[in-house]
Order: sequence, then C-alpha cells, then structure tokens
Amino acid sequence: MASATYREALRQGLYDAFERDERVFLMGEDVGAYGGSYAVSKGLLEKYGPERVRDTPLSELGFVGAGIGAALGGLKPIVEIMTVNFSLLALDQIVNTAAMLRHMSGGQFSVPLVIRTSSGAGRQLAAQHSQAFEAWYAHVPGLKVVAAATLDDARGMVNAALAQSDPVVIFEYPALFEMKGELGDAPVDLSSSVKRREGSRVTLVTYGACLPKTLAAAEEVDGEVIDLRSLRPLDLQPVLASVRKTRRAVVVDEGWRSGSLAAEVLARIAEQAFYDLDAPPARVCREEVPIPYARHLEEAALPQAEKIVAAAKALF
Amino acid sequence: MIEFRLPSLGADMDEGKLLEWKVKPGDQVKRGDIVAVVDTSKAAVEVEIWQEGTVHELLAAPGGTFRVGAVLARLLAPGEKPGAAPAAPAVPAERRKVSPAARKRAEELGVSLEAVPGTGPGGAVTVEDVEKARGRGPEEKDKAAGMRKAIAAAMSRSKREVPHYYLSETIPMRRASEWLTRENARRPMASRLLMAALQLKAVALALGDFPDLNGTWREGVYRPSSAVHLGVAISLRGGGLVAPAIHDAGRLALDELMKRLADLVQRARAGSLRSSEMSDPTITVSNLGDTGVEATFPVIYPPQAAIVGFGRVAPRPWAEGETLRVAPTVVASLAADHRASDGHRGALFLAALARRLQEPETL
Repeated sequence: MASATYREALRQGLYDAFERDERVFLMGEDVGAYGGSYAVSKGLLEKYGPERVRDTPLSELGFVGAGIGAALGGLKPIVEIMTVNFSLLALDQIVNTAAMLRHMSGGQFSVPLVIRTSSGAGRQLAAQHSQAFEAWYAHVPGLKVVAAATLDDARGMVNAALAQSDPVVIFEYPALFEMKGELGDAPVDLSSSVKRREGSRVTLVTYGACLPKTLAAAEEVDGEVIDLRSLRPLDLQPVLASVRKTRRAVVVDEGWRSGSLAAEVLARIAEQAFYDLDAPPARVCREEVPIPYARHLEEAALPQAEKIVAAAKALF
Repeated sequence: MIEFRLPSLGADMDEGKLLEWKVKPGDQVKRGDIVAVVDTSKAAVEVEIWQEGTVHELLAAPGGTFRVGAVLARLLAPGEKPGAAPAAPAVPAERRKVSPAARKRAEELGVSLEAVPGTGPGGAVTVEDVEKARGRGPEEKDKAAGMRKAIAAAMSRSKREVPHYYLSETIPMRRASEWLTRENARRPMASRLLMAALQLKAVALALGDFPDLNGTWREGVYRPSSAVHLGVAISLRGGGLVAPAIHDAGRLALDELMKRLADLVQRARAGSLRSSEMSDPTITVSNLGDTGVEATFPVIYPPQAAIVGFGRVAPRPWAEGETLRVAPTVVASLAADHRASDGHRGALFLAALARRLQEPETL
C-alpha cells in the first residue's frame, strides 16, 4: 500500500494497463502532449510513444467511432472523453453503434471499447461543464457503466474494463481528484456494489463523487453506506440486504431527481423490499436547475452531507 | 336513529376488536339477532342487538379496536326515515399510517396495530413501536396471556372490593345419584344427563327464594334479578376460564339445560360465545368435582354477588340418626357478597339447595 491521490490512482491504472497488454492504447483530447486535461495521463506519451498515446481533434463523435473501429479490429482502445458534457456529441456512436453492434450483427461482433470520462459538478465550471449524465448511459442495454468513487476503483476499473468483451463506460470524478488515501492493487470486480460503512439505522445508497459526503453524513445518523459502483447492471443485493436490516433508505445521487438513477434504485427497493420498509424511501439529488456558477449557489444545488443527514433523520 | 354501541361483555372488558359484521346496511334486525363478532380478551363473542330496526350505516370497520360504549353502527327505528344529520364515524376512522415493515412485524408478533402509538415520520407506526407494544393490552395473539391478565384484573377487583363470606354444606347425594343412574339407564347415550346439570338446575330453583344472592352490585347499589342467568365456569384447554350464562336456567327442563350446557362448553372452547352470554350472568356455579377436590371456595365474579361451588360427589361416611353408613355426598359451598346478603341468608340458601337435591325427580 502506498499513499496516493485519486488522480494518481487513475494514472497508475493506465500504466498498469499499458504494461499488461501491448494492444492497449489511449486516445482523446490533450491526452498526449498536454498530459491530459486533468493531468491523468501525464508521462504516458513519453513512456509509451505516440503510437499508443494519441491526441485527437475536438471531435467526440469521430474519435469514439475510431475507437469502436479499433476495438472491432482487435485492439484494446481506451477512449478518453474529457467530460461527460462533451460525450453528448458522441452519443450516437456510443449508443447506436458500440452498444448495439453485438445485437445488430447477430452476435458476430462485439466492441471491447473502454470509454473514460469525467462527471459531476463542484468546481465552479458552470452549467455546461457540470453535468452528471450517468443515468443516461445506465439506461442503455449493451453498455456496462461503472463509477469510480475510491482510489482502488480509480486504479482497478480500467483494467477490469479492458477484460470485458463489450463496451464499458467508466465515470471518473474531478471533485475527487485531490482525495488522498492508501492505494492498493487488488483487482476490481465491476459487477458488484460494495458496502463502504457498517451502520444500523438507515441505508445510504450512492455512487461516485457523493460517496465522501455520504460517508460523512453516515457518521451522524449511524448510516450503512452502499457504493453502487456498477451503475449498469445494478447490483442491488447489498442494498436490499442492508434495507432489510435498517428498514430505511436514502439514495444520494448527483444527477437530477426526475428519471435519475436514484429513481431506479428507489423503485427496486419498493419492488423488492417493500415489506421491510419502516419509512418511505427518500432521495437527495441535484436540484432540478442548471448548475449555477456562483460557489454558494452551486453548493446549494448539489447533495451535501447536511442534506443527507436531514433526509435520513426525517425517516426516524 | 338507534345507536348500536359496543356492549361490555364482562366486568373486565374495556375494549374489544371488531372482527366481523354479521349485518349490512338495509338489513332488518330484531331483538336477539347477532349483528357482529367481537374479540374480547377471552373469546370471539357474537354480539346481539336488543332493539328492532333497519341497519342504516356501519361506522366501525372490522379490525378496529373500540372502547366499550363506542357507537359501532346506526339503525333506523321502525318507520324512521334516514335523516340528513351526518353520522360522526366511530374512532378510528382515519387510516392509521403503518410502515410495511411494522405491519409485517405486527403480524409476526400477533400485535394488533390499532392500539399501537406511532412515533415514525408523520405519526406512522414503526417496527420499533410494534416491538414496544408487544406483550401488553388485550390485542395479544397469545390468548392465554391476555386472558390471564383479564382474570387477574377481575379477580383482584373482586378480592379488593367485594367482602366475601363463605359457607359450606355437605349434601347427601344418594337419591340424586340413584335417580340419575335410573334415568340414564333408560336414555340413549346421546341424551344422558350429567350430575352437573342436576346441580345447576337445583341451584337455579333454590335461588328463587333468594334474590339477594342472584343479581348484580354496581356503583353501590344491589339489583336483584328476576331471572336466574346461571354463569357456568368453564376451564379452557389453553388455560384460563370463562363463565358464560345459561339464560333463565330455572325455567329450563333438565334435558334442555343439559343440551345448553353441552353446547356452551363446546362453544366456549371453540371461542364463539354470544355477547349476552358473556354479560348476563347473575350468579356463577363453579364445579370442580371432576378434578377430585373435596370442596371449592370460589371468588365472586363482579358485578355478581355470589358464586356456588361444588366438589366431588363421592362415597363418604354419613351419619343417619345413630347409624354410620357410607353414602355419596358432595360439599356445596357459597361465597357471597356481604354487602348484598348476610350469612344467615346464605345458610338458608344452602339448606334449600340440599333439599332440592333430595328431590331429583322435581328438577
């Protein structure tokens, strides 16, 4: 175990992948010469050369398509889309091509493409650069969607994703980049959610950048925290087991409430643990507004530990 | 408009759970009709109505627990037209907020939710509330424990408030036994009589001259009863006992009394007694003869003012004049409320009972 930041963990994951398999290459905006918009891929170009670390034009649709082609051709592409905000430009390639090709080809082709992108608000980047669209991708059959909320997941997810034969979208969180901790090297299981804290009074379900806030809130309300980690497919078993114990649930989601992942998790709790509930399940989500630029307004628009505590206490 | 209220089905009853309506709006009812089934701490009791009319509206929903005296339904008196005055519904009218988990837990524990206070969000009943409420009140599924509490309450009250005096008398039973043997010999198995029926009839007839033993003491006033509604103490298999009435036992032919007794025992053990049977006894008979005891000194069941006990009918030494012989006898005892009667009256009653039992053919 070594001390590291979340950013360093992501970088270490890339180095692991490049070392492990020569077919692995990274492609995206500013990933090479600039070292990555968030300095995640710093040093990679120098070490592995321009064949495997490729800067692209500002053309998300184009370079995601190129990534799909490379995957079909037998390579192991990691495509970095700088932020989820810009991934909307590539939705057609991701949804209509990457996710559907196995089905459309009658199982003849699969697309082992790994897309890394960053998501979330909290850095005063204003509405167009502060979106959280995990739920959009988690809606699509054919995609696997994961969210890295810890250092170990930040490092291990890319390698686990490269082992898949179908496209994987990995969400990374700039809000967590400076988070420090011990970094291990255990392999990551992409299919399971994880209990991050034992508690007895309320189950707090979250993923991604909200995990630290949720853990802080859990201290005050004796909460049991489940990190979904896999957003598609959802692994609700740890959530349901926890709800059966605590009989109360709050889902914390940085996405907008309507049609959110939180909505899906709540629906499944209601479907599968209805008779175990002692209070209506609750949600803490992003306010349904474009994220404001002003710091105090941005903070007010996002899930915060105090809001989570209040939502949990309302269930007691 | 006639109000149908939850009757008291015994001195120890504060509330009851409505299990079922036996009538619906529009039904005609007359005196003695069974209109509802109510669960008391002792049994599921069929509740009769004592007025005539047409059921107008049912105010109480089955499953609810109601205080004695709560209006459960309204009826139109014969000839009455429904008025405009809207009826105030019986509590609880509003749907209780109960969490799904609490509902499930309550089911598992056999806790009735109506009586559980809710402390969850919006006053909802939570699992914790259910678990706190477990083991108190008449709502327990554990009938035996609930009944134990009811008996404890009634008997404590009796011993606290009622000044008992006790008398006993050994009564020769040779004539009665011989008569019963003869009588049963010529009867088919199904209609044979028990000594208990004979004793009940004798008690009922003997009481005719003792209104100060047959009645109720309520709020400082003794009210004699013109009819003898004989409470019969029946021990239940699950523990505990009930003492429902055989109505007007003095006027029943012995065969009919025997039939009623058998029916009552069966229904008491099945838990399906009627409200009037629970609330009407004017005196109780406790017969512990079949357990083999010599004598019993029973405790009065308020608001009744007396209770008669019988021990075992068995051959015992019996002096007749200068001669000692062996003859069947029974020890009859009386516990009576000294506020309503005195020992002298009680002694005369036991003597009258003894006389009655010497003339079995008149019973």
